Amino acid sequence: MSGDPQAIAAELLERAVGVDAAAEIEASVDTNQVALTRFANSVIHQNVADDTTRAQLRLHRDGRTASGSTTRVDDEGIVALVERTFAAVAVAPLDPGWPGLAPPAASGDAAAVDPATATVTPQHRAEVVASFVDAVGELEAAGYCRSTHSRRALANSAGQSITSESAEIAVDGIARSTDADGVARAASGHLSDVDGGALGARAAAKALRGANPVELPPDRYEVVLEPSAVADVLMFLGWYGFNAKAVEERVSFVRIGEAQFDPAVTLVDDAPAAGEAFDADGTPTRRTTLIDAGTARSLTHDLRTAAVVGAESTGHGVGAPSFGALARHLCLVPADGGVVAEVEGPIVDATTAELVAGVERGILVSDLWYTRVLDPRTLVVTGLTRNGVWLIEGGEVVQALRNFRFTQSYAQALMPGSVRGLGRVAHAIPGDTYAATAPRWMAPAMHLASWNFTGGASG
Amino acid sequence: MTLQFDVAAAAVQAAVDAGARYADARVMERRHEAMSARNGEVESVTQDEDAGVGVRALVGSGWGFFATPDLTEEGARRAGRAAAEVAAASARVARQAGALIDLPPVTGSWASECVVDPFTVGLTEKGDLLVHATATMREHGADIAEGLYQIWDTAKWLVSSDGHRIDQRIRECGAGIMATAIGDGETQRRSYPAARGQYGTRGWELVRQIDLEANAARIGDEARALLSAPPCPSGETTLILGDEQMALQIHESVGHAIELDRILGWEAAYAGTSWLDLAQLGDLQYGSELMNITIDPTIPGALGSFGFDDEGTPATSHDAVREGRWVGVLSGRDSAAVAGLDYAGSVRADGWARLPMVRMTNVGLEPGPHTLEEMIASTDDGIFMDTNRSWSIDDKRLNFQFGCEIGYEVKDGRLGRMLRNPTYTGIGPQFWRSMDMLSSEIVPWGTPNCGKGQPGQIGHTGHPAAPARFRNVRVGVRG
Repeated sequence: MSGDPQAIAAELLERAVGVDAAAEIEASVDTNQVALTRFANSVIHQNVADDTTRAQLRLHRDGRTASGSTTRVDDEGIVALVERTFAAVAVAPLDPGWPGLAPPAASGDAAAVDPATATVTPQHRAEVVASFVDAVGELEAAGYCRSTHSRRALANSAGQSITSESAEIAVDGIARSTDADGVARAASGHLSDVDGGALGARAAAKALRGANPVELPPDRYEVVLEPSAVADVLMFLGWYGFNAKAVEERVSFVRIGEAQFDPAVTLVDDAPAAGEAFDADGTPTRRTTLIDAGTARSLTHDLRTAAVVGAESTGHGVGAPSFGALARHLCLVPADGGVVAEVEGPIVDATTAELVAGVERGILVSDLWYTRVLDPRTLVVTGLTRNGVWLIEGGEVVQALRNFRFTQSYAQALMPGSVRGLGRVAHAIPGDTYAATAPRWMAPAMHLASWNFTGGASG
Repeated sequence: MTLQFDVAAAAVQAAVDAGARYADARVMERRHEAMSARNGEVESVTQDEDAGVGVRALVGSGWGFFATPDLTEEGARRAGRAAAEVAAASARVARQAGALIDLPPVTGSWASECVVDPFTVGLTEKGDLLVHATATMREHGADIAEGLYQIWDTAKWLVSSDGHRIDQRIRECGAGIMATAIGDGETQRRSYPAARGQYGTRGWELVRQIDLEANAARIGDEARALLSAPPCPSGETTLILGDEQMALQIHESVGHAIELDRILGWEAAYAGTSWLDLAQLGDLQYGSELMNITIDPTIPGALGSFGFDDEGTPATSHDAVREGRWVGVLSGRDSAAVAGLDYAGSVRADGWARLPMVRMTNVGLEPGPHTLEEMIASTDDGIFMDTNRSWSIDDKRLNFQFGCEIGYEVKDGRLGRMLRNPTYTGIGPQFWRSMDMLSSEIVPWGTPNCGKGQPGQIGHTGHPAAPARFRNVRVGVRG
């Protein structure tokens, strides 16, 4: 049920103000059209779409806070939401950490919506999948093509009124041979950027070169992490490291102003580039530099974390105070001078091949999987390699390997002197598919001095 | 509740009229309430409601699904037609027409047991519980003290073109507390009663029964004590796992591995496949003879319980592993047909806007012949670990590494020193085959956060589990 989010938010705010004009009131509405065409064993096996509008009301009254939401956005549903949220706030426990509402502020320059991306049909997605499947040839293909179109609006009793519109097309697929998988991923705000055939060919090249893998003993190895693997590192840095709540509670390793990272590392979060104009609090998003040439520069704040330390929100609220403020559009700034160029074989692109050429003996990793934090303070993470891993000798990929388990501090992996090179092109890697406005990561490949592999396929 | 059935029936008829050879529709209404507290203060209170209809249509070999919150009959018809259109698009990359195993039409109604409706308990009482428990943990050494409860009340109405007409009401509830102590360069954590709390298809009586306040001081003390405990040694040893960690072990290394959609490759690109091969069903030795695992959605109060799954299959218990031998899978009507099996019953959707898919129900152990006390008493040299802290497993569900919150030395039949950062790693079948003692002390743990599928779905699963002992396990893996 599509509606005009701005109109619904305005109506919801008006009705709530009518109950108590002295309360602090925030009304927000999301309208999401999400469709995902999923394939496995080289056929489309799950093909879904939904069109959902959700209205949320947040109230702060007499020192207490409550929020409620509904997908019933007709008059009856809006009235019911107002009534039960006021009922809840009357008996909710006190909330001494309430930071206030977002003040009026205009949104920044978020990327404009590409009309073609916002109107992708099931037939479009099927064609993208068909191209991917055709390109893997005799191998089996699996993955998805996903399209989203999201319109959001927020209005509050402090005078803030803001809207956002974004659209994305994403493809995430693997090619499967008898004993190896290969992966290719892409996301964009422009339908024309995504080429299912090229992605299928890349995945197939990896799967074919992954044949006859051997097991290497666990040890510390020099590595080249491809963009999909780097995206995993970025997510953990953002959520566990630069999240102001984690820093304030002393469970993060990040110390602002210190050169904790290799000078090659510059990390920015750029929600506006993905079309996200405001966060869950109604604060406009902005490009935020977290690491500048190895030095920790800024944390991500929402209104609550900012109020605690007297800072300004950076527009990273996610509407869940227990999580803090999360960077969901991180970009590791690539080395200068790159253009996208394909290469033969399993390596994701030409600039990653340049990094591989500089490795005397090491491991090329396509993807990381099932990564979990053992200790947030040291950011020690365990997980596995997936979708293609090879031995590099003399600057060449020489042998497919079986997957490793690793147990590695992501913070230590990037410490000064640890980053031997970055790719010259950042790839857009789609995030998970749990939310309509999914995370997205921009990542080049990364050549690291050491990675701690702690187990192999046999244990 | 004729209205909801009428809406679902309108959606199904529209899908059939648009060319579907099979269609079903679920109208669902769900209320969710959650409260979190931190360090003696309430952090958030949310009350969410959603309602809508999800329509699944099979056109040729292709499934299509469309969901809308528009619960008018015309809105439902539009959704039915849209589902058929999406299914038809699947034909662009299709296989020969698939089938569904037979399921006689069922008309039925079911509701979970609920002694105290959690929505009737006042927010003040609930807030006081979390505030007091988190304040107590702070007083006892926690630098960060967190508490959380969640409540779901879900009503659903299923209509299918095969003639099903089923309504269910499932109330779920649970809570937990967590203490984090921060030392020089590391953190330690203790949770009660489980890492993510304990959940079930029960009312507020579950939360009262677990008594968070009575355990808050101990949890705070233990988190603080862990900071100065010696680290878990590295090497191979005898490992005794507590029942909470055993629930995680079952979930990750058995529950997901026996999902038929994974075995068939349908989840290959994301959740992964399975090391299990259908050709070995009935013959493969999964674990030791002490290992008896059932798929049982009929357990009263367990989190994975229901009266009918989301395809309308009545809840029935099946064996998954009998005396160590792999004998059963979690399946749906389409995956069972592909595999040549004659049972389904494990298909569920995370709300009306998501496609039903193979999910765990209650997958758990039957009781063994021992007790935890006997295990410890009969172990000369080993480690006891409990309460999950981290979990990671490969895409075939073979190679796992799990971390626990707390460990203890076991020496000469007694628990010894507390150990920090206990981890263990292994390969699923080798690990299960090394189980030589299993307790009779079963606890039906609930997991409220099982992620699977694309778009992502969160499943609620149950895992009856008991302490168990394993031989020659690699422990103490560090970064």
